[in-house]
Amino acid sequence: MTTIATVAAQDSALPKLRVDILPLLLVPVLALAMLPLVGSFPTWVTLTVAGLAMGMMVFMMASGLTLIFGLMDVLNFGHGAFVSVGAFTATLVLLPMKGWVEADSILLNLSVLGLAIVLAMLVTGMLGWAFERIIIRPVYGLHLKQILITMGGMIVAEQLIHVIWGAEQIPLQLPTTFRGAFIIGDAALEKYRLIAVGVGLTVFVTMFLVLNRTKVGLLIRAGVENGEMVEALGYRIRRLFVGVFMAGSALAGLGGVMWGLYKETLTAAIGGEITVLVFIVIIIGGLGSVGGCFIGAMLVALVANYAGFLAPKVALVSDILLMVTVLLWRPQGLYPVAKR
Amino acid sequence: MSELLLQLEGVHTHIGQYHILQGVDLAVPKGGITVLLGRNGAGKTTTLRTIMGLWHASRGTVRFAGGDITQSPTPEIACAGIAYVPETMSIFSDLTVRENLFLAARGVKSADQMDEARLEWIFGFFGALKKFWNQPAGTLSGGQKQMVAIARAIVEPRKLLLIDEPTKGLAPAIIQGMIAAFRELKQTETILLVEQNFSFVSALGDSVAVMDGGRIVHSGSMAELTEDRDLQHKLLGLSLDTHQ
Repeated sequence: MTTIATVAAQDSALPKLRVDILPLLLVPVLALAMLPLVGSFPTWVTLTVAGLAMGMMVFMMASGLTLIFGLMDVLNFGHGAFVSVGAFTATLVLLPMKGWVEADSILLNLSVLGLAIVLAMLVTGMLGWAFERIIIRPVYGLHLKQILITMGGMIVAEQLIHVIWGAEQIPLQLPTTFRGAFIIGDAALEKYRLIAVGVGLTVFVTMFLVLNRTKVGLLIRAGVENGEMVEALGYRIRRLFVGVFMAGSALAGLGGVMWGLYKETLTAAIGGEITVLVFIVIIIGGLGSVGGCFIGAMLVALVANYAGFLAPKVALVSDILLMVTVLLWRPQGLYPVAKR
Repeated sequence: MSELLLQLEGVHTHIGQYHILQGVDLAVPKGGITVLLGRNGAGKTTTLRTIMGLWHASRGTVRFAGGDITQSPTPEIACAGIAYVPETMSIFSDLTVRENLFLAARGVKSADQMDEARLEWIFGFFGALKKFWNQPAGTLSGGQKQMVAIARAIVEPRKLLLIDEPTKGLAPAIIQGMIAAFRELKQTETILLVEQNFSFVSALGDSVAVMDGGRIVHSGSMAELTEDRDLQHKLLGLSLDTHQ
């Protein structure tokens, strides 16, 4: 009897799949194309690493939103609230444990950052659970109401942050060993940016493995494509909705911690300010596509960095120009997700 | 009379302001193929979706295997043993054939745990699935996608299959293959089959119900309808001769 394993082995005889690599090439092509324009190799390396680090942080914030939109068809304009809450929750660890932050020990610094991230993700995950039940659930399928109520939710969250933490800016100190830069040749690579790249890549690889190697991940991908059919197969998609919303909110919280430390200053509007960028990223990537979101985040951040260096005035609109260009090329985004 | 597996009594379904099903009475006996015929817009697909809980009946009852499932949520109905193959097939095109079937195999936690003997049984009449096992389902042809959709419904034993227009848009050669597959399937499964292709269902059906205007206007044996051309004209506006 032919086993499934041998069936899989026979696949080598099948025609090769057409993999859409053009979007994958955009990031290296863009980076290489900028090298002669920037002129100096060390400056180009610094700009590129800074862009990738920013892109990773934006990806952390945007990846949850793209899944929420793809699976639940929910336009969550309140996603930025989870970024803000995540960043402010981190202060509950980082400020009282100042000794660990200021210690010249990578172990203590990583521990305090880890604690801040875990707490922020727990709080934003639970907040996401409540947000879905109270605010989102009554407006499933009603896009206009979703926009209004989630924007309202974000305003309420910002004001609550003012009530709890006050209206003043809160300085957030980078742990000691994360400060400074590695100097390689004439290029300066900021340590914290490299950490952000590491954390972002970890999030991406984890999401990739979960979405491709687990049944829950396959259900999420299937649900993004056709939620009704997932239900007809016997799965309660509402539970998936709640799980994805909580995970997406927790990822936004993680992004908030990383972004807050990157900015080194917190205001309640930190999430609202990044929301537009996050929406640009998920539109460029293709709504519902995590891979597209990853590439979109890298492109947006790199373009912003290069434009900021080469033509600061253009930098103000560079993300919009990038989105328009991508949508003229691929109106559904870089990796459109098949919908019913 | 054989035992009834599914029974609809006076089922009304509204979609928005439209009153689609207007008192459907339908009985599906256990075993074999019951065919649901009718013109476009007669309410056939709505009937299947109402049974599946994708739209809920506003009046009437749907009983399955002795239990009332009228207002049950779709996942509960699926877990009770009803599988659904929609007209649009609704395969997950980003997932491979293997992953599509794995999701339908609710009882297993990993794709490697799927019942190999049952898969071989499926490959017996849908051989292409074996060949394209690890291909994304979206890259398959229309006929192959239909095979995935049906295979997904039978990857685990079910009590009832609801299949909506499986031959729609398929080439005649593929339809012949489908007939052979359904002949084999009906030996072990109970099927409620919605079709417009009368020559296809006349070769397969055991019993038949004809819908018009959101109601069942005729029910009986398929053999009786196949032989009675006047009845075909009256109910369907066609005869077997004109619809080959």
